[in-house]
Amino acid sequence: MKCTKCGGRAVIDLKRHNSGFCKEHFFEYFENQVRKAIDEFSMFGLRDRILVAVSGGKDSLVLWDVLMRFGYQADGLYIDLGIGEYSSASSQKVRDFVLARQANLRHVSLEQDYGYGVPEAARRLRRAACSPCGLSKRYIFNREALEGSYDVLATGHNLDDEAAVLFGNVLRWNTGYLGRQYPVLEEDPGGLVRKVKPLIRLTERETAAYAVLQGVDYIVEECPKAIGARTTLYKQLLNDLEIQSPGSKQQFLYGFYERGHDSFEASRDVALTPCTECGQPTTREGLCAFCQVRSRLLTVRA
Amino acid sequence: MPASQNSIRVFMTIPQRREWELHGRQSVRKILRQLDLNPEGVIVIHHDTLLTPDEMVENGMEIEVRSAISGGLP
Repeated sequence: MKCTKCGGRAVIDLKRHNSGFCKEHFFEYFENQVRKAIDEFSMFGLRDRILVAVSGGKDSLVLWDVLMRFGYQADGLYIDLGIGEYSSASSQKVRDFVLARQANLRHVSLEQDYGYGVPEAARRLRRAACSPCGLSKRYIFNREALEGSYDVLATGHNLDDEAAVLFGNVLRWNTGYLGRQYPVLEEDPGGLVRKVKPLIRLTERETAAYAVLQGVDYIVEECPKAIGARTTLYKQLLNDLEIQSPGSKQQFLYGFYERGHDSFEASRDVALTPCTECGQPTTREGLCAFCQVRSRLLTVRA
Repeated sequence: MPASQNSIRVFMTIPQRREWELHGRQSVRKILRQLDLNPEGVIVIHHDTLLTPDEMVENGMEIEVRSAISGGLP
């Protein structure tokens, strides 16, 4: 296959764009897509301080790498979730990345800083690990961004992540979640930091390809707690559709952003109050969901 | 295990480590079809570059088929 732009040997085929690119022009395409998402949704400017949530996986490290290449003030936030070997390996990938690029990293350990790890929380709460994991990450992302006075929190969610979540939300008609699914979630004066997803124009295959070709060393192994997750099934279903009908995933997602999202936005109007324990914003009276779960975990142990 | 001159060595590390030994010149597309893998969900790595589905693979070559689908969200 030849590069659509220069006729050289292509390293990737992009059926949804009816194109193939050599390494140099793939980098150009990839970075243009990130720039386009940032501009289209007015995500941030060069003066903004960005906190990038990194897991050691391809998407978040690629996002951090690209934002630094563009000259943005982007620091990383890594949360050690206490998932044995997986957390040790992912933490090492992040440390190597930071060292190689002289980047700034905020490091939080769920076990050391909050008194529990994800496997223990899942066992004690008798829930799937993704439930306490997601709750803890969302809480710590917001808290760290506020404490560090960052203007925006950026995550590595890509086109496949967002299309799979949209598919799940539509299957169940989760109108509240549909109202919150957008590339930008504006800050709330009640204490929620602005959140953005600059990789939403790129597929997982494209971020994996960019990582390999650009030498971004990421943890290839899957989180052992996420194996069998429903979003993985949705991604596989959407990829089966994509192979038969290239461009379906982006049409589904972009169509929702352009013509569907606004219809659900009213569903997200909720008042926030400070948690009586930690002061972080919550929709509940008294303790926020995070403090409630943490208190239960620490009490059960005592 | 290095690739033998008489075969193509194909390996994956996730979701679990798997290896295959294939024989004879064939395209990446044909290899993925034999392994029942959707080209949309993987990248194919040879040395430090990527192979497109039409690329031909010869005996003596070693390729990694790497899943691009991650289950947990960042």
